[in-house]
Amino acid sequence: MNFPSGAKSHQPRTEQIILFRISGQTFAISSSSVQEVRSVDNIEGMARDLPESHLRKVRHSIRRGDRTLYIVNAAIHFGLQPQSASLVFFLRRTRTALLIDGIEKMTTMTHLQALSLAFQGEERNWYRGLTALDQAVIPVVHPEGFLSLEELTLLESAQFSADARLAAKENPGAYAQ
Amino acid sequence: MTSAHESGLQSFVLLRLGERRFALPASQVAELVAPSRIFRFPHKSVALEGVILRRGRMIAVCDVAEQLTGKRLDTRRFNLLATRKYGHQLDWIAIPVSGECELITVDMVPAGANDSSYVEGWLSHGGEVIEVLRLSALTPGPAETTLPAPLHEFAEARS
Repeated sequence: MNFPSGAKSHQPRTEQIILFRISGQTFAISSSSVQEVRSVDNIEGMARDLPESHLRKVRHSIRRGDRTLYIVNAAIHFGLQPQSASLVFFLRRTRTALLIDGIEKMTTMTHLQALSLAFQGEERNWYRGLTALDQAVIPVVHPEGFLSLEELTLLESAQFSADARLAAKENPGAYAQ
Repeated sequence: MTSAHESGLQSFVLLRLGERRFALPASQVAELVAPSRIFRFPHKSVALEGVILRRGRMIAVCDVAEQLTGKRLDTRRFNLLATRKYGHQLDWIAIPVSGECELITVDMVPAGANDSSYVEGWLSHGGEVIEVLRLSALTPGPAETTLPAPLHEFAEARS
């Protein structure tokens, strides 16, 4: 039997995701959004303090090439009880390095449902939507949702102060005049 | 003989929240289902408890009992799955109820200026005067002016 020539097979669209844990809660992120995964121990020496950060969720930054990324404590961001984070996700096309507790697994999602319109809080920026995996509902995070433009502006200012303080410490004469 | 449509009669679903009964237009009610696991995740919408999974659809759960009766429900016997319409979008919501629901066809008296915003109207049934609820005012949702673009089945396509 011949199918009409115009007929196309409709394969479900899929997306590779990483399931990760923060304070006992499971989240998902598109694997294409994660540029690199490092252990916290691994970056400890490279992280710089941001003493003037007004954001409780960001206390450190890290230099990656010519860019400064801000290390976001994901538990505080989501209002969860922070536990000791073990991994950092460097998120592609963002200024966010995300502290998480651990990775559960990599898997594929075939359906992403937008958040119900009943959700009207900050979660609309946090999540791309929800997916169902193995009869469980998992929120799929938005990589750009961890730092708003306003927060980035505040952090840049805090970073500027931290850099100036460091420069003054290293070269006190330059600021003495 | 006159049809319900000709006589102005409408169908309503009566729902029980504790000691009181309320009504919803039947056209907004999709299903009455047994309570199932509520999946919770971080959010800032205080009126919502989480979502339930029903036939592959994730539906927000909103307990309206406290708002309407001043008390949270002691027992939840069912979830009433209802729909709210925002522009062209249909948004589902699950409302825990404490007893059986009943379908009736009666005349509704529209709400007056002094009624709460969540009251669509009033109906009389079995010697009771029952509030007909306006779900969009009772449950959280967007203001008409802040409606997002139509939802896509798969929110973001990867290039």
